[in-house]
Amino acid sequence: MTPPILQVEAYGKHFWLHEQNKLIPSSHNVSFSVSAGSLTALVGPTGVGKSSVLKGIYRTYLPSAGRILYRDAQGHVLDLVRASEHQILELRRREIGFVTQFLHCLPRQSTLDVVARPLLSLGVSRDEARQRAAEWLSAMNLPERLWSVSPATFSGGERQRVNLARGFIIKPRLLLLDEPTASLDPATAERVIGLIEGLKAEGTAMLAVFHHPEITRRLADQVVELAPLPAVEEALKDFA
Amino acid sequence: MNAVSRSNAYNFGFLDEYAKKEVRRAILKAIAIPGYQVPYASREMPMGRGFGTGGLQLTLSLIGPNDVLKVIDQGSDDSVNAVNLRRFIEMTCPGVSTTTKTAECTLIQSRHRIPERPLTSKQIIVLQVPYPDPLVVVEPSEDKRKTMHGEADYSRLLVKLYEDIVKFDEITISHRYPTRINDHYVIDPSPIPRWDVPKLHASAALILFGAGREKKIYAVPPHTKAEPLAFSDVPFRVEDFRDEQGRRRACARCGCTDSFLDEFVTDSGIKTYQCSDSDWCNEKMALARQTEGKPA
Amino acid sequence: MNKILEVRGMSKIYGPGCPLCIESTGPEADTNLCPHCGSVVAIHDVSFDLFEGEILGVMGESGSGKSTVVKSLYFDQAPSGGEAIFYDRDKQYALFSLNAAQQRWLRNHRFGMVYQNPHLGLNFNISAGGNIAERLLMSDLMDYGAIRERAKTLLARTEVLLARIDDLPKHFSGGMQQRVQIAKALATQPPLLFLDEVTTGLDLSVQARILDLILEIQQELKTAMVVVTHDLGVIRLLTGRAIVMKYGRVIEAGLTDQILEDPQHAYTQRLVASAL
Repeated sequence: MTPPILQVEAYGKHFWLHEQNKLIPSSHNVSFSVSAGSLTALVGPTGVGKSSVLKGIYRTYLPSAGRILYRDAQGHVLDLVRASEHQILELRRREIGFVTQFLHCLPRQSTLDVVARPLLSLGVSRDEARQRAAEWLSAMNLPERLWSVSPATFSGGERQRVNLARGFIIKPRLLLLDEPTASLDPATAERVIGLIEGLKAEGTAMLAVFHHPEITRRLADQVVELAPLPAVEEALKDFA
Repeated sequence: MNAVSRSNAYNFGFLDEYAKKEVRRAILKAIAIPGYQVPYASREMPMGRGFGTGGLQLTLSLIGPNDVLKVIDQGSDDSVNAVNLRRFIEMTCPGVSTTTKTAECTLIQSRHRIPERPLTSKQIIVLQVPYPDPLVVVEPSEDKRKTMHGEADYSRLLVKLYEDIVKFDEITISHRYPTRINDHYVIDPSPIPRWDVPKLHASAALILFGAGREKKIYAVPPHTKAEPLAFSDVPFRVEDFRDEQGRRRACARCGCTDSFLDEFVTDSGIKTYQCSDSDWCNEKMALARQTEGKPA
Repeated sequence: MNKILEVRGMSKIYGPGCPLCIESTGPEADTNLCPHCGSVVAIHDVSFDLFEGEILGVMGESGSGKSTVVKSLYFDQAPSGGEAIFYDRDKQYALFSLNAAQQRWLRNHRFGMVYQNPHLGLNFNISAGGNIAERLLMSDLMDYGAIRERAKTLLARTEVLLARIDDLPKHFSGGMQQRVQIAKALATQPPLLFLDEVTTGLDLSVQARILDLILEIQQELKTAMVVVTHDLGVIRLLTGRAIVMKYGRVIEAGLTDQILEDPQHAYTQRLVASAL
């Protein structure tokens, strides 16, 4: 059996708010592993820290505890908690994708360019990048008349599709998905589910949080249920 | 007799020997570092600064009883400034002979021109300089200018040339053309016309520059490279003196077609042209008379 | 990815300095003015790396020393201590050990700077094209036609009307002046560019277009940049990593999205909270 691509060991995250002198627990003692070509879903009630786990892996959050072992394309294992900023940036560029519900992009850049950008930073020519961006956007069922417009003006569902296309376009080895179908109409959601399955079949490992239990059932090869957070005192012990 | 009594009143060459020594030291340094502006303690002279006191101090420090001196102003030996300076030197340097002939002199003090006749290794020419530093037009601080000279940073000067071409399609600087000496320092070669700038290059004679008001001495030593600033595709060129038909104008007096010409407007309002170098012009005329006199 | 710049322990003290300067200043002391000797500790112990093609943000409020960082690296002022190594192709330069002529060579050939105040970056008495020409002439390009062509290309790239190439920058709008500054900075295609509050004080719409231009240039030319700003929006838009400064010290460094979403230092938390 091939070793897992991602191994999360006793991940913990809390925020220390200096101004209020307050500790906010976010994730506590989370452990699981993710394998290539399979989808792992994180489940649990709201506030249990599902997004926090995804952000910790992507290093948008600085983890407070635990290890996040990632096996890269060369087979090297790296702890994402301790990796240098440049190592993280390089992994984000080539191997690890993140699709959130929110999209930060240049308000004056066309949708086609927004989606093509990850390819440009990998050295793909502008024409080819735009060509592939167009393919993904049509696969996402985004009307062609919107491609030359900035996503800043889009509806939630349209924006979500731009985000997905941008996350899928480099075919990352590990894809983090935070409620990727939340604001899609049923027909588009079906398409996206099809695309996720396609990417999975090509070998991408996925870690996802889904809005609908139904989709979790359909897509997940493994379900990780996050336990409710302990009281602040517990988290403090964890911290110490 | 007269000369002796005058020499009791003034030291030979007006300046005291210590002042001359200081100027000579500055000259030696200027020769050692071609194009570098050597500061010196410019003395008060019995004439206003700006009337050639810098050049005069050089001349008085260099001149000896055996020298033959020529003084020119704008090419002419007879203009007021030249006559005054020559008389002053004759008065304060007893025994020194003067001439108007370029071929005969050993020392030349000049304002605005280098003679047409090529100078020899036996001659020294001293040019009077009003503004020694070519960078003054782009940088007001002398401190910064010194650094720029030290690092041979002349890009801002070159930008001036660029702007000139943008505005007029050519470099319009008519005199004081910035010239790079020995591949490093750029000098202001005093208000000589562009015509005379190539004469600085690999000159047989020592060329000295003296700025009395600005207290600077600099030199282009013999056989030293002197290169006017220019662009590779917009080269430096001298005045061409062509008329509307594109023909080279000739001197109205001697007929010379390869000298720097001054423009005159006659009483009847017609423009005529004459050699700026009066000695050159006279020489040409004498030569022409000789040839005419001989039977064919 | 290769390192292009390595800064270690850089400091700058204005004034006589005394043994108590360092411990008496900084974020904890809430001042950069030494109470014992009156010296200003503009920056102390600033260290960071910059990689090829990367944009690093230096954020902080006025008096944090952020401009001192880039001005020292661009040789506008000499630091009091520390070192910085610039890796240029197969060469490396210890920036603060170079003599003035070597520093000027690097400034003219390998670095570019865009200042908040266009008076610092542009000569207002010569034309826009002349300003670009000056930088090209510094790098020993001596062909008028080639200089002219390059100036036109750069001004076109930075969206300055070519009809204005021979106008004086003082007749330009603020946004246009910044464009000319950017064109001038890019003239020698430097691998390293410093941007000091380049959009501060401009209208919002003008700011946005200048930032777009900077991003486009970064994508086209892969220029590494150090961007100094107090504006979190600029940091978010342009940079991949950032350092946060207060009273001359680096109090936080990290990935830009991490600093904005999970700031660690009390000051950064306050900064981020007040911006949202």
